[in-house]
Amino acid sequence: MASLIGSYSLFFGLGCSLLVVFFSLKDLKNLNNLDNKILSLTFLQFLLVVLSFFGLIISFVNSDFSNLTVFNHSHTTKPLFYKISGTWGNHEGSLLLWLLVLTLFIFLFLIRSKKEPKKYRILTILFQQIIIIGFFIFLIKTSNPFDYIYPVPKEGLGLNPILQDPALAFHPPILYLGYVGTSIIFSSVLAASVSNYITKEWAKHIKQWVIISWIFLSLGILLGSIWAYYELGWGGFWFWDPVENISLMPWLALTTLLHCILVLEKKSILTSWVIILSIATFTLSMSGTFLVRSGILNSVHTFANDPERGLFILIFLFTLIFLSLFVFFFFHKTDKKNTTSFFLLSKETSILVNNWFMMYFLAVVLIGTIYPIFLDVISSQKISVGPPFYHKLIIPFLIPFLLMMAIGPKLNWIKSELQNKFYLASFFVISLFLSFMIIRMLEISILINTVLFASAFYLFFITLRDFFIKGFKNLAQNIAHFGFSLLILSILFNNFLSTEIITNLKVGETYQSNKLTINFEKIEKKKMQNFEAIIGKFNIKNESDYIEILKPELRIYNQPNIVTSEADIKTNLFSDKFMTMNLVQNQEYFNIRYQKKPFMIWIWFSVLIISFGGLFSLLKKRYES
Amino acid sequence: MKIINLLIIIIILFNFNLSNAKDINSSSKITKNLRCLVCQGQSVHDSDSEFAISLKLVVEKKIDEGMSEKEIYEFLQIKYGDWILYDPELNQKTFILWFLPLLLFLIGGAIIFKNLKIKKN
Amino acid sequence: MDYLVYLKKDMRVKILLPIFVIFFLVIFLIFYKGLNHTNIYTPKIISNENIPLFKTIEFQSDNEITSKEVFSGNDYYLLNIWASWCIPCRDEHNFLMKLKKNEKIEIIGLNYKDKEKNAKKFLNELGDPYKKILSDSDGTISIEWGAYGVPESFLIHKNKVIKKIIGPLNDSSFKEIERLVK
Repeated sequence: MASLIGSYSLFFGLGCSLLVVFFSLKDLKNLNNLDNKILSLTFLQFLLVVLSFFGLIISFVNSDFSNLTVFNHSHTTKPLFYKISGTWGNHEGSLLLWLLVLTLFIFLFLIRSKKEPKKYRILTILFQQIIIIGFFIFLIKTSNPFDYIYPVPKEGLGLNPILQDPALAFHPPILYLGYVGTSIIFSSVLAASVSNYITKEWAKHIKQWVIISWIFLSLGILLGSIWAYYELGWGGFWFWDPVENISLMPWLALTTLLHCILVLEKKSILTSWVIILSIATFTLSMSGTFLVRSGILNSVHTFANDPERGLFILIFLFTLIFLSLFVFFFFHKTDKKNTTSFFLLSKETSILVNNWFMMYFLAVVLIGTIYPIFLDVISSQKISVGPPFYHKLIIPFLIPFLLMMAIGPKLNWIKSELQNKFYLASFFVISLFLSFMIIRMLEISILINTVLFASAFYLFFITLRDFFIKGFKNLAQNIAHFGFSLLILSILFNNFLSTEIITNLKVGETYQSNKLTINFEKIEKKKMQNFEAIIGKFNIKNESDYIEILKPELRIYNQPNIVTSEADIKTNLFSDKFMTMNLVQNQEYFNIRYQKKPFMIWIWFSVLIISFGGLFSLLKKRYES
Repeated sequence: MKIINLLIIIIILFNFNLSNAKDINSSSKITKNLRCLVCQGQSVHDSDSEFAISLKLVVEKKIDEGMSEKEIYEFLQIKYGDWILYDPELNQKTFILWFLPLLLFLIGGAIIFKNLKIKKN
Repeated sequence: MDYLVYLKKDMRVKILLPIFVIFFLVIFLIFYKGLNHTNIYTPKIISNENIPLFKTIEFQSDNEITSKEVFSGNDYYLLNIWASWCIPCRDEHNFLMKLKKNEKIEIIGLNYKDKEKNAKKFLNELGDPYKKILSDSDGTISIEWGAYGVPESFLIHKNKVIKKIIGPLNDSSFKEIERLVK
């Protein structure tokens, strides 16, 4: 029943799209206010998609196995929470979530843009509806979440256990709010180009949408990273896996746009560049969806492999790209008198330098991700591009980037002089000295690390000082930059201070090194709702005879029958203790992995600070207006 | 500022590969750079699969036998192909991979430089 | 970016647009072709490579044995990596038993990370096709052969690997072995 309602809602939702397009085209020539029908229909469409989404959730909750999606991804013994989150833990359901976000954003856009020119608003609706219609057709034709299966099976196939996790339950909705939220920027920029409305006012109005998407995208990436850290069981938080990269690419583009739009807002220059960035952001999101859903990538998290789906998104993606090219080349008018140059010491230049570096990082990630595909297609040679590649190309460039982040915000618009050169220089000397001492202490006397630490400390101190002397001026920006310096510092310390012990132990055995002993006391078995747990108990004694107990688990899930390893993590302010155990084939030994990871919590915390910077600027704007 | 930055970059680029070789725990460093072939998107170091466990032993054995890091990579490359190396070596196949980002960086810099008013008036 | 600004409007359309269109079309084509490519990796089979040298323990007798002793005297060998816990190994076992009847080839088993007890039970149950069984208790010998799992088989002719079969033997690979051995 719920499936049926959901299924019909989808068709009616598509119908709404057609009506909205019809009325919008009709209304385009009208000079009056926006036709109220359009607003109502947009709202109706959103409601229908919500209804459809709830239909799917209810099918999952009721374990209605006549629905193919539910059958493939659920099981009666699964806890209720994961039945619900299983709704978007699969290809079909997550596409429905895509659609939900698309319709939500255009509806919110209509409400929040009442002051904008009418032609621009209608065009935005039209462009957004093109995307929405594309996704409706994609959903209904190739991945309908409401497909029937007959005879009705008694039991479902179950959800992949590694997806049965709280962080991963919230990760997709939040990520999608950012990821798909960029669609509204795309539609808006095309509409503004066509109606010749790329102005200061437009920049001011679209900026909030950019910030909202940016906040959610940052938080979504954070949640994904936290999940990978404790669920995938090898204690890392970023693997430069292709699927991680494709969420990072829109983030990089969006961050660039966020900076660039400030220039447009103040001086109405760089219009072409803003348009290109806005288009690139959503295009990168779409490409990401293509790469994940088509199975063209080799990655931990790829969804179902289905060439038909891949082909559809590919064609749709390039339709949007060519549409953007068409709009950009035939409608966008570049203003001759705005071809200004910039002074070296000015805010504009510093933002351009930011853009320059961000685009470089984006190029590294993009090329690193898709080059293997290209090489494979052209020459049938397979290569892997992994962390060493990204580190080598990115880390050296982080140093000037961090320094610019510290100095750039101190410059004024148009032309300025650096004031307080003395303290800027003295802070740098202090940072350099501090990092030199740390590097000495850590015994990793490598030049690049010294300079990297120094530049991160520099940004840290400069932003910290600004909190006190500048007060509310530029506070949002300062929070975000401060968060970034904290992020880099935490990652560096985490990287250099992490220690790890890998060994095989039997129950009752003790591992001994000069720094600590690990005693494998016992294993317990526990029966849970949909898995059986084997819990190991380990006593870890450090140099000062302090004993810590860690209990990593092995979970044997019933449906599907998969064994997962659950890490036990003890977190405190300064470090995480991370332990996993695994079965060793045909032996009574367990493979034990104990890691001490300093400042883990600071990595998460600093991303929160960065996102909070965005939130703060949004709130401040509200407050001011 | 710019010149200093450039200098720093150049120094670092020259130091980077040199400095890496001094890593203390070379076995784990090597296995981190190897792709676990039976897992998806996981390094040998991070994987607990049978293949990865054995490969870790082999790497340790080869280090004991006195093989250098580079020789171990070559040995595995012959057995398993380029796919196993996470750090693609610079050759004809990967020339674009390594240099296109840097080229784009230079082009970007040139465009910005062109728009700068260098004179201070 | 502002480069575009320098060009006149029609210049932009005439020069840049075709460049962009061609650029994206090429990318489209590559992705399109990539869709039909498989992304499951199988290492290239390097033929004409000498078999690796190693020393191990013979399974039945617990004597140390070198690879030279194992692979000399006969023209053709099939090295089969197997384990009692590996389910596909059961599937291919029939083919190995059939191949045993072929007198031109000797089948050598490489027992991968197995317990002796289980391995013997496996062979008692399904038959023993192997001329010799070598033990690979920690899996390192398999790595030397360039294998990455069980089962895998290597057809050896005069100390060279001439054919490598990843995964269980099946009808077609079995026939190919018979053809090659003739």
